[in-house]
Amino acid sequence: MKRINFGAIANILGLLAAWLLIIGVFALLLKMQNKVGFFSLDNLETILRQSAPVCLAALGMTLVIITAGIDLSVGSVVALVTVAIAWCLNKGYSPWISLAAGLVAGAVSGFLNGLLITRLKVGPFIVTLATMLIARGAAKGLANEQKIDAPISWLNDLLAVLPQSEKWKIFPYGVWLTFALAILTSWLLTRTRFGRHTVAVGSNENAARLCGVPVDRVKLLVYTLMGLMAGFAGLMVFARLSVGDPTTSQGFELSVIAAVVIGGASLSGGSGSILGAILGALIMATINSGCSQLGLSNWVQEIITGIIIVVSVMLDRIRVKRAS
Amino acid sequence: MAFLELNGITKRFGATLALDNVSFKVERGSVHALVGENGSGKSTLMKIIAGALDADSGTITLDGKPFNPKNPLDARESGIAMIHQELSLCPDLNVAENILLGLEQSRGGFIDRKTSEHRAHEALTQLGYPDLDVTTPVRKLPIAVRQVVEIARAVALGSKVVILDEPTSSLTQADVERLFAVIEKLREDGHAVIYISHFLEEITRICDDLTVLRDGVYIGSAMVSQVTTDDIVTMMVGRNIQALYPHSDRKPGETVLELKNLETLKGHATLSLHRGEVVGVAGLNGSGRSELLRSIFGLDAVKSGQVKVGLVEGYRPPASRWAEGVGMLSEDRKLEGLALSMPIADNILLTKLPKVIAQRQHLAEGRVWMEKMGVKAQGPAQPVGELSGGNQQKVAIGRLLHHGVDVLLLDEPTRGIDVGSKEQIYQLIDRLAMEGKAILMVSSYLPELQGMCDRIAVMHKGELGEARPTKDLSAEDIMREAAGV
Repeated sequence: MKRINFGAIANILGLLAAWLLIIGVFALLLKMQNKVGFFSLDNLETILRQSAPVCLAALGMTLVIITAGIDLSVGSVVALVTVAIAWCLNKGYSPWISLAAGLVAGAVSGFLNGLLITRLKVGPFIVTLATMLIARGAAKGLANEQKIDAPISWLNDLLAVLPQSEKWKIFPYGVWLTFALAILTSWLLTRTRFGRHTVAVGSNENAARLCGVPVDRVKLLVYTLMGLMAGFAGLMVFARLSVGDPTTSQGFELSVIAAVVIGGASLSGGSGSILGAILGALIMATINSGCSQLGLSNWVQEIITGIIIVVSVMLDRIRVKRAS
Repeated sequence: MAFLELNGITKRFGATLALDNVSFKVERGSVHALVGENGSGKSTLMKIIAGALDADSGTITLDGKPFNPKNPLDARESGIAMIHQELSLCPDLNVAENILLGLEQSRGGFIDRKTSEHRAHEALTQLGYPDLDVTTPVRKLPIAVRQVVEIARAVALGSKVVILDEPTSSLTQADVERLFAVIEKLREDGHAVIYISHFLEEITRICDDLTVLRDGVYIGSAMVSQVTTDDIVTMMVGRNIQALYPHSDRKPGETVLELKNLETLKGHATLSLHRGEVVGVAGLNGSGRSELLRSIFGLDAVKSGQVKVGLVEGYRPPASRWAEGVGMLSEDRKLEGLALSMPIADNILLTKLPKVIAQRQHLAEGRVWMEKMGVKAQGPAQPVGELSGGNQQKVAIGRLLHHGVDVLLLDEPTRGIDVGSKEQIYQLIDRLAMEGKAILMVSSYLPELQGMCDRIAVMHKGELGEARPTKDLSAEDIMREAAGV
């Protein structure tokens, strides 16, 4: 009992340590350039705001990867959601209704992914590769291959820098929403029957079936939740862009998968943690933020992020080996 | 000096002493059995010979010269071949390609298929399989033949020492006989064969010498001709197992499971199972025994016929079967029985989880069942994959008991586990029958069926024979019926 908890805790502590180390290195490098303020609440807020979409999608992706699945359509669904929200706002619907429309668009996309995967018995890689194209196409079609401008509403404040008068909120609502959904998903994963069933399906689908676990229903729900989380991610992207952009978030799915993998999940299924995925997303956002403040180009960021993925997987191997 | 000789081998893993001053030797042209319960140190010893582990102290000599393999490849090149329980063949390559994997004959970068096939054929002929088509993909071969291919690979390599680790655990009686013929050939050709097995009958049949380990300690060696199986068991467990197969005075009650001309993927079955009895299904591997259990449990399709559980009639999925009080133990713990990366508690409780799980209570319940089943582990949160085979099996059976099923479908309940765990499982089955549960048990191990079951039905090519009282059936009767003669 002690050992496994220790293993999970070791993973989280390792990620926290890595994150702090990365923050420390950037703070030091920036200090040498006489720039201060990397190690501050303001900067933390920036990092949290920037990583909110990846964090949100990573909540769903963690569940998907735990079932030994994958969802490549996330980026396209995010684009579709921004377009859906902008389209609704443009038609004069209230922000609440537009928001709901975005979430429904996300959830329905996820549900369709789940339906195809469980009914056609085709691998999630292929199915979501197809729906990646379909969702992207739908977004472009709905938007007439243009960005859709939308009237400014409170939705745009979700991830905006807080004005001085509202500093007591510490973070904008979008960040709080991310926290809340992370806690909820983590609870769902670790403290409910659905969560245990999810792990069982990924750990050994045959054993799950033998035990009477409704394997298809679990998968369907997992992909629907993934879609819903992509909906929330799309909402955040819309909040930032304030337009519906059918070409946004290309390659977004890969950042999300990277966050989940850095967080300690195994692509062969059966293991993964929400907190780990969040930390993975934060580590990537910190690297981006640090590099851009240092004035380093995009390509440097990409190489560093790539190295971090390799190192984290390597460390995880060592950790698992030690444990057994 | 013997051909392969190990003296005073000691190996520690952290604080545990896995091998304590163990000695072992094997001559060319002989078969030497290595016996001991799971965890007695057999695998560790073999890994040292095969170069996968280093001994902390002790000496090894091969053919009179000091032998210290740096790694498995080094040991292989020195003539040590290890045939594992789980075969290491590439299913999509053909027989010849598998036999010569790593030894391919090439001419200017192209594989010389003719020579390769000829060499593979030679190795197979040496083992008494001249007719096996070397161009058949291994995927298409039954497991027993795959094993021969694996042994042929060792022969083609020019191995002098062949280690067979539990080679018969997934073979039927007829296949075991064929394997024995292959082992005879190896002996005749002057190989030194090390034979690891839980089946003592096999050891007394095929082996010349034996060495017993218990808890990493060398207990002794003997010539097989001079000891009885009782002696061996006593050496292994340090006590006498008098009643390996407990059989209380059972009184069959009402019918709980009824099959009426049930058509499975492989054939037909008619059977009624009563409370308080253990019914065995004997038969060759691949005869459709597992398919029968799977059809009853809703894992395989049912083509026609009737399944009646209690008052419920019809084909139902596993979830419904659990609800009706039927539980199934899979023959394959790793691929189907257990979620290896998940905790013990989750594996036991999986069929009956509450919607919201209170972690503390969940683990406490897992611990209760762990203790009830006598599972040796660090705690209920330990992943099942880290346990020994016997403990894993206890977890898998614990699931059925936790669920409180009335009908237990047990597919090879003691496959690949140590004598101690087997004994516990036999006692458990007997106790469950006395408590009024109904047990339908498939096994490839005849003495087990004869010892445990009240009635035995024999499966031949998918068709299940009539279940008859065990006392009216001899082992020969069963074998004849299984083979269809």
